[in-house]
Amino acid sequence: MARVSFAGAEREICIDFVPEAEVGDYVLVHVGFALSRIDPEEAERTLEELRRIGELT
Amino acid sequence: MKYLDEYRDEAVVRGLARRLAGLVTRPWVLMEICGGQTHTILRYGLDQLLPAAVELVHGPGFPVCVTPLELLDKAVALAARPEICFVSFGDMLRVPGSQGDLLHVKAAGGDVRVAYSPLEAVHLARAMPEKEVVFFAIGFETTAPANAMAVLEAHRLGLENFSLLVSHVLVPPAIRLLLQSPRNRVQGFIAPGHVCAVEGYAAYEELAAEFAVPMVVGGFEPVDLMEAVCMLVAQLEKGEARAENQYVRSVTRDGNLAARRVVEEVFTVCDRKWRGIGSIERSGLGLREKWARFDAARRFGLAASGAEEPPECISAEILQGLAKPTDCPAFGIRCTPTHPMGAPMVSAEGACAAYHRYRRLEVSQ
Repeated sequence: MARVSFAGAEREICIDFVPEAEVGDYVLVHVGFALSRIDPEEAERTLEELRRIGELT
Repeated sequence: MKYLDEYRDEAVVRGLARRLAGLVTRPWVLMEICGGQTHTILRYGLDQLLPAAVELVHGPGFPVCVTPLELLDKAVALAARPEICFVSFGDMLRVPGSQGDLLHVKAAGGDVRVAYSPLEAVHLARAMPEKEVVFFAIGFETTAPANAMAVLEAHRLGLENFSLLVSHVLVPPAIRLLLQSPRNRVQGFIAPGHVCAVEGYAAYEELAAEFAVPMVVGGFEPVDLMEAVCMLVAQLEKGEARAENQYVRSVTRDGNLAARRVVEEVFTVCDRKWRGIGSIERSGLGLREKWARFDAARRFGLAASGAEEPPECISAEILQGLAKPTDCPAFGIRCTPTHPMGAPMVSAEGACAAYHRYRRLEVSQ
């Protein structure tokens, strides 16, 4: 189990399905279980592309 | 919050809408499967940012909406028994069965409780050995790992007073059924991101190839959905039909192998009845024979009720993307979130409830 903050509200969450999760990671949680660890590199890469789209106004 | 705010950025959403407008040369009908995505689309008005040629129809993807009436009747019957503590996710409590809902049972003194996680029901069973604790195990692939883990945990604790009333459904067989229908209008699908976080998207690659229909695994924020629509339209305009992944920060092709192993250990694929659609072959999960003692339907010998939907409710058409909630003559008049006639009006993620919340005024104009 792990403590997960949902934008401030904290809950005990089962992380058996994401054993690779470390303190400070962001995880996708559904009904009390973490189902995936959000990949910071993929997220950053996509966000960079998306920001460019947003700036092309 | 990080990874949420960035995906709600208005400039990016509008940028994607402009890119989309530049891509479209003819009309396309797309479907988002998941109710969570339907809710985002209506809440942020994404449907109104799309070019007129791109139509979004809403799929059957919310477990509350597709749990069959007869199973709700079983839940209500179980919850009314004095020896049973019936535990459910909160949004199932107001879904009307043919003989009332779980909230009525609770009001009449039944022991009906709301849980955030199935593990809470296991803990209740441990704390109350004198009671039979039944958990209403509904959901798509996303919820299956949690419910499977609850069975393993109850087994580990040696609990003999814990069982599941199971109504698990699977998305790919429902998409297959929609695509096989002679009335199908959908030309591209936004596949449900959280389902794919668990199961991966190999099954969607097969569907894309078999039916020559593009599938894009999409996230749940406005930017995610606009990007998924762009990716679908880009494929359609080029005559392509592949499975692609927009939701790369949370979904990999193989999904979550640890979660899939636990699901496989506890559940097996079975035929399942979907509310509003009917029985779909191999579209559900049931407990394996090995875990039959945790099956509430067997444990309490529940018989089928053969209950029917109210004839005026068009949820069957809505759940298949053949009608919009506002096409229903009962919408907002005889069917409202406080007095729902059919399941899509009950939960916030049901298409009818989402339209009632965000599009009600347009209807009255």
